[in-house]
Amino acid sequence: MIKDSFYKIFWSFFKVGAFTFGGGWAMISIIEKEVVHKHHWVERDEFLDLLAIAQAMPGILAVNIAVVVGDRLRGVKGSLCAALGSIIPSFLMILAIAIFLTPETIKNNETLNAMFKGIRPAVVALILAPLVTSAKVAKLNRITIFIPIVTALLIYSGLPYISNPIVFIILGIVGGYLYYVISSHQNNKTRKEDNE
Amino acid sequence: MNTYIKLILAYLKIGLFGFGGGYAMLSLIQREVVGAGWITNTMFTDIVAISQMTPGPIGINSATYIGYVVGCDAGGMGWLSGILGSVLATMAVVIPPYILTLYTGQYINRHKNSPIIKSIFKGLRPVCVGLIGSAALLLMNHDNFGNTNYELTASIIICAISFLIVRFTKIHPILVILLAGIAGLFIY
Repeated sequence: MIKDSFYKIFWSFFKVGAFTFGGGWAMISIIEKEVVHKHHWVERDEFLDLLAIAQAMPGILAVNIAVVVGDRLRGVKGSLCAALGSIIPSFLMILAIAIFLTPETIKNNETLNAMFKGIRPAVVALILAPLVTSAKVAKLNRITIFIPIVTALLIYSGLPYISNPIVFIILGIVGGYLYYVISSHQNNKTRKEDNE
Repeated sequence: MNTYIKLILAYLKIGLFGFGGGYAMLSLIQREVVGAGWITNTMFTDIVAISQMTPGPIGINSATYIGYVVGCDAGGMGWLSGILGSVLATMAVVIPPYILTLYTGQYINRHKNSPIIKSIFKGLRPVCVGLIGSAALLLMNHDNFGNTNYELTASIIICAISFLIVRFTKIHPILVILLAGIAGLFIY
C-alpha cells in the first residue's frame, strides 16, 4: 500500500463529493476510479470489503466509505481528510443556495432541468457498473447468486420490515458466522479422523 | 427546549439510525424534520429536488439546508444563525457514524486474517452486491427516467451508453456525468 499525502486524499474525496449526484451508491464508481484504478491505494477486493464495512454502519454511506478508505491509507488523520473532502463540497453548495437562492429559482431553471434530465439516467449507470464488478469479486456461484438477487428484490419491494437493508446486512453477518462455525467443526472432524 | 439542541438531537438520530444510504434514509429524515414542524412536506420535497440537482450525499444536503432554515428562525441573527444551524446539524449527522465506522474499520483491519472475520465477509459480500442492485432498481423510476416516451427512450440510451463507457473504458465517471449533462441540454 502506498502512503500518500493528506492533501491528495482530501482532494480525491473532494472530487468525489463534488461530482456525486443521487447519493452514496453513485459514488462507488467514482471512488473506485480514484482509489483503485488511479492511485492504486487499495486492491479491488479489499475495496469491496471496505464497502461492506461502510454499508454495515449507520449514517451517510458516502462519508462512511471515505472514513474506511482514509483510515486504511493514513489512519485517523487520513480518515478525517477523506471525510471532510466528501462533505465540504455539498455543504458549501447547499449553504450558498440556502443563503442566496430560493428552492423555486433552482427548480424552475430550464437549463439546469435539461442537464439533470440527462444526468439522472447516467447516475443509474454509475450504480450498475460497480454492481457487475462487485458481483465478480464476490465470486458468486450458481447457488450464491440468488443471495444478491433476493436481497435486491426484497429491498425493492418496499414491504414493511423485510425491505429494510439492515435486515440483510445482519443476515449476511450471521450467515458468514454460521459458515465459520460449520466449516471449523468439519475441519476438526476430518483432523480427528486423520489422527485416528 | 432550545431549538438548536432539538436540531442536534434530530440529526444525531438520523445519523445513528439511518442505514442503507441515501434514499433509504429519506423517510427517517422526513419523519424527524417534518414531524418537528420545522418545514412542511412541500418544502421537504423541494429539498429532495435540490439535493438531486446538487452534488453530495442527500443526508448532508438535508442537514445543511434544514439546519440553515431552522437556525434562521431560531437565532435572531439572520444568516449567521442560519450558518450556525447548518454547521451544527451537519456535524450531528456525521460525527457519531464517523466514530463508529472508524473504530469498526480499524478493529476489522487488525483481525482481517482471523477465520471468523474472513467468513463474515464471505457472507457480507453477496449481500453487498444485492444492496447495490437494490439501489439501482430503486432509482429506475419516472423521477429519473422521465414520463413521456421521448424522455424514456432518451434516458435509456443515456443510461446504456454511460454504463458501457464506465464499464469498458478508462474514461473517468465524472466526465461521463458532465457529458450526460451536456447531452441533456441538446436533447431537451
